[in-house]
Amino acid sequence: MKNAHEKVEKNVGLFFLFTVFAISIGGLVEITPLFFQKELAQPVDNLKPYTALQMEGRDVYIREGCHVCHSQMIRPFRAETERYGHYSVAGEHVWEHPFLWGSKRTGPDLARVGGRYSDDWHLAHLLDPRSVVPESNMPAFKWLAENTLDGELTRKKLETFNWLTRNRSHKDEDGNRIKLYSDETLAAAKDAVKGKTEMDALIAYLQSLGHALK
Amino acid sequence: MSSFWNIWVWVLTLGSLVGCFLLLRWCLNDHTGVEEGESMGHSFDGIEELNNPLPKWWSTFFLLTIIWAFGYLALYGLGNWGGLLGWKSSNQGILNLAESKAKTAASLTEGSNFLVQYDREVAAADAKYGPIFDAYAARSIEDLATDEKALKVGQRLFIQNCSQCHGSDARGTTGFPNLTDNDWLYGGSPEVIKETIMHGRIASGMMAWEGALGGEQGVKEVAAYVISLSGRSVDPVLAKAGKGKFALCAGCHGSEGQGSLALGLPMGAPNLSDNIWLYGGSKRVIEESIRYGRAGVMPPWKDILGEEKVHLISAYVYSLSQD
Repeated sequence: MKNAHEKVEKNVGLFFLFTVFAISIGGLVEITPLFFQKELAQPVDNLKPYTALQMEGRDVYIREGCHVCHSQMIRPFRAETERYGHYSVAGEHVWEHPFLWGSKRTGPDLARVGGRYSDDWHLAHLLDPRSVVPESNMPAFKWLAENTLDGELTRKKLETFNWLTRNRSHKDEDGNRIKLYSDETLAAAKDAVKGKTEMDALIAYLQSLGHALK
Repeated sequence: MSSFWNIWVWVLTLGSLVGCFLLLRWCLNDHTGVEEGESMGHSFDGIEELNNPLPKWWSTFFLLTIIWAFGYLALYGLGNWGGLLGWKSSNQGILNLAESKAKTAASLTEGSNFLVQYDREVAAADAKYGPIFDAYAARSIEDLATDEKALKVGQRLFIQNCSQCHGSDARGTTGFPNLTDNDWLYGGSPEVIKETIMHGRIASGMMAWEGALGGEQGVKEVAAYVISLSGRSVDPVLAKAGKGKFALCAGCHGSEGQGSLALGLPMGAPNLSDNIWLYGGSKRVIEESIRYGRAGVMPPWKDILGEEKVHLISAYVYSLSQD
């Protein structure tokens, strides 16, 4: 075989295939098996679905890009658990679509922020962060208090989550999956958020974070 | 992990390592059919590609990384096998706190198969700091409030956890009480301070009074009377009318506006006669408070901080109003 390596060097298609093969091995070993592990599709015992208002708040959180500066992932280091609480576990996140783990902390982690501050504090802080934390560099989100929700899409959002979590929800005593949202909840979803402000929704969402591991 | 995925991980991992080794060995041999050091036939601007072997240092390091990989896998494991160290960063598959605690206890018992890094880290810290906290926990809050070291720890904890609302100097801000002025909503004894931090407080909540007071005029009258309680000058006609309506407020704030604490009641209604204002003392703000109501909330910290740390924070907060 005379200069076999030349075949790869001079054939861009073949070179491409070999490259894809080489770089996929890491993913095939580390990621693919996770999709098929039961442990990673099992919610923690106390995991509760977002209420209609919290779900709207979550969308505000995504829209405003809160996850760009705030993580929702407490790593298993003592320095982190001392400040934020128990490290995050897989079962707390199995109903999240998409995950809001974030990858950078300009502000603190929010995975267990629920219940740490009063609603009044969140309101003051979101309207003017410097009014309660003078050294904060978080932007103010004043418009959230002025934007009112109409609830037109709320029901659809909850239905979508029912579908997304159909194989990962809690089970009843007979082993059947319990839907995240019952028909009554879906029917009441619009009225549950209509007239509330985006601020109400976001605060409701923040207060819901991190209570599942008890 | 099921045995299929276990095999999958083993085969791909070891296969790629062996593959890397074979590729390296193949590349170390000359397959070009050209004499070593001779031109490969490419020339560009007078620069020629010569048939040179792979640099020795490079191929040696490549080989070393492969050997390193086998050593790493032997220590840290592969697939379902935990490796010789049995190392894990944290406990996995936790479904509740009780399970987490049980797994931690198991990982720390003598002869455990696993070395859980996080549990070891926490256990080491507990062994170091535990006795210090235990010693503080055994002493009374009054005693700790005179101990400079204990107060320093308490202050650090306060700044970390409490300053977001009460301020780093504990003087509070609009809607969040000043803790240094000896003016208390629920009581300033060491026991009550600790209870407040441990279990939080939810003010019974002042309702919106506009309707019950007969509209805007009623709000103005009562506000005028409330302002007069701390000796400030107001329109006497308004204040007189407000005094009559204040009977509605007396249930929580007391007939003299002295606040629920002075009455021995637990609803957290502020003293209105001391010119200390939780939400602001201007006419506009007082009218707003009456019109829309107020309800302050202090979160419970028992589960977040634990009693030992709350004990120290209580001592720090108690000390702030003791001189």
